[in-house]
Amino acid sequence: MDTVYHSVGLDKSKCLGCMNCIKRCPTQAIRVRRGKATIITERCIDCGECIRICPHHAKSAQSDPLSVINDYKYKIALPAPSLYGQFNNLTDVNYVLTALLQIGFDHVFEVARGAEIISDATRKILKQGNVRKPLISCACPAVTRLITISYPELIDNILELNTPMDESARLARLEAMERTGLKAEDIGVFFITPCPAKITAIKNPLCLERSEVNGAIAISEVYPLLVQKMDKLKDIETLSESGRIGVSWAKSGGEASASLCEKYIAADGIENVIKILEEIEDEKLNDIEFIELNACTGGCVGGCLTVANTFVAKTRLNTLRKYRPVSCNHIEGDEVPKELNWEYPLEPMSVLKLADNVTDSMKLMNQVSQMVKNFPGLDCGTCGAPTCRALAEDIVRGYASIDHCIFRLKDEIQSSTDNDVDNLLPVPFRGIDEEKLKWT
Amino acid sequence: MEEVRLHYDVNAYDFTCAGEASGKLKRSLKNLGFNSAVIRNVAIAVYEAEINMVIHAEGGVIDAIITPDCITVILADHGPGIPDIELAMKEGYSTAPENVRALGFGAGMGLPNIKKYTDEMNIDTVIGVGTTITLKVYNK
Repeated sequence: MDTVYHSVGLDKSKCLGCMNCIKRCPTQAIRVRRGKATIITERCIDCGECIRICPHHAKSAQSDPLSVINDYKYKIALPAPSLYGQFNNLTDVNYVLTALLQIGFDHVFEVARGAEIISDATRKILKQGNVRKPLISCACPAVTRLITISYPELIDNILELNTPMDESARLARLEAMERTGLKAEDIGVFFITPCPAKITAIKNPLCLERSEVNGAIAISEVYPLLVQKMDKLKDIETLSESGRIGVSWAKSGGEASASLCEKYIAADGIENVIKILEEIEDEKLNDIEFIELNACTGGCVGGCLTVANTFVAKTRLNTLRKYRPVSCNHIEGDEVPKELNWEYPLEPMSVLKLADNVTDSMKLMNQVSQMVKNFPGLDCGTCGAPTCRALAEDIVRGYASIDHCIFRLKDEIQSSTDNDVDNLLPVPFRGIDEEKLKWT
Repeated sequence: MEEVRLHYDVNAYDFTCAGEASGKLKRSLKNLGFNSAVIRNVAIAVYEAEINMVIHAEGGVIDAIITPDCITVILADHGPGIPDIELAMKEGYSTAPENVRALGFGAGMGLPNIKKYTDEMNIDTVIGVGTTITLKVYNK
């Protein structure tokens, strides 16, 4: 069960065992046990919602330290386009790219370039027309993982292309080998990441044998270093080779509008993504051609490893893209090169089912329904599960027991004393209808 | 044989909750581990029928009877009834009022879609009394 790698991790010393993250998690992947949050690894999609909500900063993404680049002879930075939105009064992305060279990289390759190639490939695929519509973007790894665990029916709707990050890494390495004569393994390619989902996509890719990216460094780690360098820059090198389309991928709607199809949807924020996935599943969006989904509000600029306010960053991107060419990176010819395609099909991971076969699942579901009737239905979270139903499901799966519910505990105490123990409960829970709480 | 029964109430004219029952049923079918094609067929058919209840019939009740072999859903309302079932089954035929169509509903695909996505469908309707739709999707 723990073989799945996740970049979202917990600092136990900071975790107080509060209920914030279990309530926020979109896949109900967190339980509090013995005063600490624990992640059910097969359900986690690395969306970073728990990192955002944790008031104690106990949750964090396990990104690589910048020092990791020193393991390679030749070091390439792959800045996510969202990096450009982090800086106040930036007029030219070449400042950022030049500063990246000054903090230790030998070369930069903008992920905006890979994004433009993926946009071109998307347009070609939409034009060819032999795909299941609506076509769903493959760019947000948290969304892709969510589909594999909760919406397996929609796997065939996903665009079977590498992410801009992986495509950029592939091209960056090839270019560098040609330029330097170095061997592939001497070249380190590092993504400057806005989010934990991308880190997981590197360490544990879903559709590739191995990611071309050697490591992921958080935007929040390089940001202060870059600002220091950018203040003192004298000679700005012209390094940028991307256009409006690539830069716009940093925010919600950028990728979808670059698809150039008439009917598209761009939804951002994990709860909105879920609503759209439900609608696609119910075939309510069959007239839509392309759907861009970003787990983070605002798109990648809303990633939990970014520094700037999401909406401020979006405005800055609008200014930055203004005088750029539309797109600088294209695919020759009408065919999408096979290197851009996934190496493996996406496999469904059915974590929702209660048991291995339908009959056993039915037995368990009847037990769950019975239990839920007897629970107070407050979804208070004091059992460590986000809802009463989640607790009931945990119980039938053997991961919890009925006495995890504090109302059950109260009844047990009551049964051994003549005094009214209602006052032992926290104020909001006193005087709960005793008739409802009949334990069986 | 093992059986799971689920019950949902549908409120009249409440478009904010329309689709809630079919959504919950879909979630339960995922918990039960039915294959995704079966789940999709049930979800689409029940959603259409649920919306019909909201638009035409002052709400109603939905009961699902699930066995490992078959998912049966009975949708019962006390609405006006369907005067001409054959006409109602025609694609594009709709009696939905203009304000409902303005919301994007009432395209006249409800009953045809229910038929398309289910293995069996039965409409039992009495004018002025109500309509009961029974649909079945087999677990293949």
